[in-house]
Amino acid sequence: MTPAQRRAIFLIAMAGLAAFVIWGISGLPGFGRYPGPYGPAILKVAEGQTNATGIVSAVNFEYRGIDTVGEEFILFTAVVGMTVVLRKLRGEPERPAIEEARERAQPAGGAGVRAAALAFTGPTALIGWWLATHAQTGPSGGFQGGVVLATAFLLVYLGGEFLTFQRLSPVDMTDAAEAIGAGGFAAVGVTALVLGLPYMDNYLPLGKAPGAVSSSGTIALISFLVGIGVAAAFIQIAGELLEQTMLVREGGG
Amino acid sequence: MMTQAMQVVILVLVALGATLVVMVRGRVRQVVALSAYGIGLAVLFFTVQAPDVTLSELVVGAVALPLILLLTIARVRWRR
Repeated sequence: MTPAQRRAIFLIAMAGLAAFVIWGISGLPGFGRYPGPYGPAILKVAEGQTNATGIVSAVNFEYRGIDTVGEEFILFTAVVGMTVVLRKLRGEPERPAIEEARERAQPAGGAGVRAAALAFTGPTALIGWWLATHAQTGPSGGFQGGVVLATAFLLVYLGGEFLTFQRLSPVDMTDAAEAIGAGGFAAVGVTALVLGLPYMDNYLPLGKAPGAVSSSGTIALISFLVGIGVAAAFIQIAGELLEQTMLVREGGG
Repeated sequence: MMTQAMQVVILVLVALGATLVVMVRGRVRQVVALSAYGIGLAVLFFTVQAPDVTLSELVVGAVALPLILLLTIARVRWRR
């Protein structure tokens, strides 16, 4: 096939796709004019029922909490899969991290990178923690908080060495944290069943004031657990990849 | 009016960013462009009043995805 023919076929396909997209978009309701019954219903009852002012969190962690458990376990399974694929193979010698650190006279990256990484580590950890623990009060949540928290650990690697990163986040600990996060989330739901309530029902005290950090019962607890689990998952993903890059040598090499 | 102007500006920037990701040559540069595009998308979501999605896009598009790609590229390079 000549390039000209290929281009002709591409243009025909693009014209068809564009037509469908324009047709689809022209049939959408106007911005902010959601026609379904659930949006307005949730907005009306959510704050009174849960004492959470972060309505998105209330939906994610309670009204459709069972979906979010599934999502949490998607991430969990992905990390397990990655750990299995990136395991050390037979004949692939792995150096201890201390050796890798000794080989380099200086950590990678200039003084500017190190200073910036050092300056950002504390604030990043704080923002991550804040996001994970304030899902009930506003637009944040365990997932976002967890990734930001993991970023703080990666800044430690960026400003120092893989050795420091590895010591700061030993695999046993991230394994445990991930299990506590994902398992805890599922357990919060099962506890509701034990109490004779529907799965993921909010059985903890909701607190007095809507929008307080201590309010919203299981929503705040689940968000925190998700934060721990997601942070551990991302630290582990980055750790596995870094380990492959830095330490594992191919067979015979 | 002000919000709509911001939405138009950021929509144009996102379209430019997406084109940039495709046009840029070199894997590492492409990842940096992708990260910038992620930040653009996050701002877009913010201007259409979705702060929750903004945060998610920020952490996935600007941090997690570029990080995983960069580490993978580093590994593949080292193999050669």
